[in-house]
Amino acid sequence: MAIFVDENTKVVYQGLTGSQGRFYGLRNRDYGTQVVAGTNPKKAGEDVDGIPIFATVGDAVEATGADVSCIFIPAPGVKAAVMEAAEGGVKMIVVITEGVPAQDEARFYNDLKRNFPDVQLLGPNCPGIISPGKCNIGITAGEIAMGGGPVGIVSRSGTLTYQALHELTQKGIGQTTCVGIGGDPVPGTTFIDCLERFEADPDTKAVMMIGEIGGSAEEEAAEFIKSSMTKPVAAYIAGVTAPPGKKMGHAGAIVSGGKGTAAAKMDALRDAGAQVGQNPTEAGELMADIVANL
Amino acid sequence: MDLFEYQGKQFFASYDIPVSPGEAVSAVDDAVAAAERIGYPVVVKAQVQVGGRGKAGGIKLADDAASVREHATNILGMDIKGHTVEILWIERASDIAEEYYASFTLDRAAKKHLGMLSAQGGVEIEAVAETDPDAIAKIHVDPVDGLTPEACREWVLAANLNPDVTDGAVDILCKLYRAYTEGDADLVEINPLIVKPDGAVHALDAKVTLDANALFRHPDYEQYDATQVRDEREEAAHEKGLQYVGLDGSVGIIANGAGLAMSTVDVVSQVGGSPANFLDIGGGANADVMAGALEVINNDDKVRSIFINIFGGITRGEEVANGIVQALGRVDISSPIVIRLDGTNADEGRAILAEHASEKLLSEPTMLDAARRAVALAAEGA
Repeated sequence: MAIFVDENTKVVYQGLTGSQGRFYGLRNRDYGTQVVAGTNPKKAGEDVDGIPIFATVGDAVEATGADVSCIFIPAPGVKAAVMEAAEGGVKMIVVITEGVPAQDEARFYNDLKRNFPDVQLLGPNCPGIISPGKCNIGITAGEIAMGGGPVGIVSRSGTLTYQALHELTQKGIGQTTCVGIGGDPVPGTTFIDCLERFEADPDTKAVMMIGEIGGSAEEEAAEFIKSSMTKPVAAYIAGVTAPPGKKMGHAGAIVSGGKGTAAAKMDALRDAGAQVGQNPTEAGELMADIVANL
Repeated sequence: MDLFEYQGKQFFASYDIPVSPGEAVSAVDDAVAAAERIGYPVVVKAQVQVGGRGKAGGIKLADDAASVREHATNILGMDIKGHTVEILWIERASDIAEEYYASFTLDRAAKKHLGMLSAQGGVEIEAVAETDPDAIAKIHVDPVDGLTPEACREWVLAANLNPDVTDGAVDILCKLYRAYTEGDADLVEINPLIVKPDGAVHALDAKVTLDANALFRHPDYEQYDATQVRDEREEAAHEKGLQYVGLDGSVGIIANGAGLAMSTVDVVSQVGGSPANFLDIGGGANADVMAGALEVINNDDKVRSIFINIFGGITRGEEVANGIVQALGRVDISSPIVIRLDGTNADEGRAILAEHASEKLLSEPTMLDAARRAVALAAEGA
């Protein structure tokens, strides 16, 4: 099994007619993802390499049964695109777009929570989600992933997500699902959302968690691990040496007022029983030991 | 984007939040001329993006032209916690009856906006939070509802301000929330929010951080971007559109992706080195971007070795390697370079790098090995 998405998932791409949407949408299809539709109000009735284009997500859902939307719309249009997807009837919305204003994120996150509580938002500014061998939605290179489990991955950072996949694949350790939750201030899906599902997924036997400085999401995840997880967790936190007050690329990656440091996050995770690596390689080795002893 | 106080006050004024009349100047004569126009007494305030200006002698009251001249002369060029004062804000002095604190920011854990209000203003709010947390009234605002006047009034009453100023406080706080949301700010803070002897509520200071991602809605924010405080290296990187943070060490770092770049800085430190910077070149690694990144690092005098850490995902290893080789042909690099290339088609990429290998261009298979090598080379070059 996998979490959130699998071989039965049907995906509509908002922005499939743009260069990024087309590039990754077609790559996702080549991987085996059921890419059933794209949207563009001005190009309804046309197609992108055989994939039909509809005016709205609602039209696409009605015609194709799409249940997930993947958004490649430029940042100014993301707020409207997310609401369109929710109103259109998909159950999950994956926002790849980076540079979405924080005020917009806070607005559509809470709007969804209130008016579409069953819709799962992932991102913005995330690499997407891959259940290896079944479904790849977003910008992750499918080549570096390996199916079959037993490890689930959840990560706040794009390239470190790939690094984590790679470390495991190199060691011959497969993955059930790898979720990139993104580094923005208001992520639609949290570490806890993923940990909860990995805990419930019978094929996932252990979880690798990649965090970074800023905010308190890792501390909250640690509390969840302590109280509610039976499966082992190996973790890595980036930004140990980041100076306070400097944003390290991600909008969310900033140590402010002495809060959100890597050291505090690593302590919280260790205290919760997780094994914490000092770098991605070490975290991969810790996971290899965990898997060997399963 | 962090604004200076004078910019923050202009920002507030555009949302009808009352601020003192004033002018920003960068020369002593201009300071005197501004004071003459504004009318005495005035306050001469150093414009630096760091707290503790008053204690450092960066805020002075002046009753006449001679004292404006004296204070402006002393404060311009002054160093406040590593920030050199280049701009002064001259404003009409205010009579103060009470000092409060007010702010809005995003509570990332609650995923809602957080307003904080306290009758204990004029001091650092962190100190109040520690010694007397009950003195801060908090309100969570759902962005879908916004801040209603009713909710705002309850919040003001909870803060135990002077009951005579409730209406004035509600009015200014609703405006502040509008400035925060419609102005796409990450933080708006007024400390102190003052009450004048006549009961008027007024922003005596302004701390504002704007969301650079919202520039498309506010083209006029370019003016604030132009005055951002960056060191020379950061300015050069910013012009090239690179995500760069200057550090103090000797190992220059280039990586693709913010997380990997952060991780690279960590690993260099863990093996005993000192990183010169954080630099994220983004997803791909084409020759143009790589050449730009190498130029920025090459211009850093402290750099003794360079560590390029690339994980090829969709951008395949051979494309990355070709990009690096091309970039090296365009920039005359003074320090040795260690490359760690991994991910999709890493072997093909490494083969290309091997063809161009030299004393100045080394390749290592893992992040740790590459970090050790780069740190050793930096030590040799020191």
